[in-house]
Amino acid sequence: MVTDLLLLLKQELLVAVILFLLLFLKLGRDRSNESTLNLVNVLLFLNVAAGFLGAKDGELFSGMFHTNALITAEKNILNLAAWLISLQAYAWLRTHRHVIEFYLLLLGSLMGMFFMISSGNLLMFYLGLEMSTIPLAAVANFDLEKRQSSEAAMKMIISSAFSSALLLLGISFVYGISGSISFAEIGAGISTEPLHILAFLLLVSGFAFKISAVPFHLWTADVYEGAPVGVTAFLSVVSKGAVLFVFVSTLYTVFKPIAPLWYNVLFVLSLATIISGNLFALRQQNIKRFLAFSSIAQVGFILVGMSGSSQAGMASVIFFILVYVFSNLAAFGVVSVVSAVAGKESIDDYKGFYQTNPFLSWILTIALFSLAGVPPTAGFFGKFFLLMAGTAKGNYWLIAIAAVNMVVSFYYYLRIVKAIFMDQNETPVAAITVPVTVKFSLYLCTIGIILVGLISWIYDTIFSLSSGL
Amino acid sequence: MNSVPISHILFVSTALFCIGMFGLFTRRNMITMLMSVELMLNSVNINFVAFNKYLYPGKLDGIFFTIFIITIAAAEAAVAIAIIINLYRSHQSIDVEDATEMKF
Repeated sequence: MVTDLLLLLKQELLVAVILFLLLFLKLGRDRSNESTLNLVNVLLFLNVAAGFLGAKDGELFSGMFHTNALITAEKNILNLAAWLISLQAYAWLRTHRHVIEFYLLLLGSLMGMFFMISSGNLLMFYLGLEMSTIPLAAVANFDLEKRQSSEAAMKMIISSAFSSALLLLGISFVYGISGSISFAEIGAGISTEPLHILAFLLLVSGFAFKISAVPFHLWTADVYEGAPVGVTAFLSVVSKGAVLFVFVSTLYTVFKPIAPLWYNVLFVLSLATIISGNLFALRQQNIKRFLAFSSIAQVGFILVGMSGSSQAGMASVIFFILVYVFSNLAAFGVVSVVSAVAGKESIDDYKGFYQTNPFLSWILTIALFSLAGVPPTAGFFGKFFLLMAGTAKGNYWLIAIAAVNMVVSFYYYLRIVKAIFMDQNETPVAAITVPVTVKFSLYLCTIGIILVGLISWIYDTIFSLSSGL
Repeated sequence: MNSVPISHILFVSTALFCIGMFGLFTRRNMITMLMSVELMLNSVNINFVAFNKYLYPGKLDGIFFTIFIITIAAAEAAVAIAIIINLYRSHQSIDVEDATEMKF
């Protein structure tokens, strides 16, 4: 019985153990930042490695918490992303006064995401969502003396509070309709009556806020620009990925009876997201803001895959998030090291970057190629699977517009590559000595970008774990 | 007790939600905006309690949800006020119009 509990809650408990260790470390004697950071990175690596051992299917607390091989795999992806971000944050946190608090907030948020992914009940889902959002707003303000950082945190907490109010109104209607808050029971009572549709739309708008799909994306760019780069990376990869995992599984299981309705919702959301994400990304000058809009456009592509509502749809979403972890974190890793060491965040500052920093230039280029979807990289395969899954419904207009937008996105991704390699600049960013941990994480990301697409075993495994509609 | 029909209570909660949303969109003071969000959350609480009492009196799901919403709203307000205090230190103002360095 107790071993069951330990095994089922394994990943949450591991994060909790690390949290407590860090808390004791904080209470103990002063340590140097370097030793703390190295210790945390080793702990997070052990966390990633332990995630692959002894997984078990089952449910706890009368169905409030459930886990299976797919959920374990999703949590492993998030663990991996958190570890990579922690390695990259080294350059920024080395000189920061509150290293341990940063990790306490970040890991608290990660634990909330785990509970959210495993939730079998709307109450558990809501608690996990808030547990993952509130610490992130606090951590967005982590550069306490920067004006932009507090502005970003303010925008984030108010918009997330608003979105959770919408979500809760939806949940309350769902409760009124079905008299239950467990996913298994509400799915049976959902139909296409007006009140059900209103409740569903309110729930979707809550989700859309968190994944920054287009009518609800306005907070994204400001928060991404103002927050410290490590936090931005966490927001764009881990937090978005976790909500997408829940979104896809909720649509495919709980809202199965109204699949034709949500296909239309996803259709509108995905087109609006891809097009406006692309249009705004074209005119950005700040590289963090640029990556924010590019991530909005990527979410649009994920929604295209999700609309396919088949086993391939779910598998392609999860596979793309894995690819997205590597490619986006490689880009953010370079941006974060340049921002921490040279303090430059404008795209113009990257002109002539290759002359002084060839290593970082190549990594950033590979990452941008993968984000754009150039064939040998994993990003190509990710987008290919998404669009293939989207064709399942036979709506080729959606796929055609998405494909045309992929071409548009080449323009702005390659604009940065052009700035790096071809543009002349009298005063390029000085040569940067990259810390070993950052370099290690950049290598890992690059290996991921190249190999995840080529090793078909990865997609096959995710496909066999996924469930269809 | 059941002389008040459920539609009256739902009307109150809907009105409260709309007032909260209107306040959030029109007010420029961050504390007032936060209060508006709390109004919206409280209207949801009324919804839950009313549904539980009138439609599903056998189980206490709705009441429990309400308790959790109140708790989380408190946590959210605590973090939001901390952020606003920190913003006041750098901007000398808690008007959202003064915190618009990043746009478009």
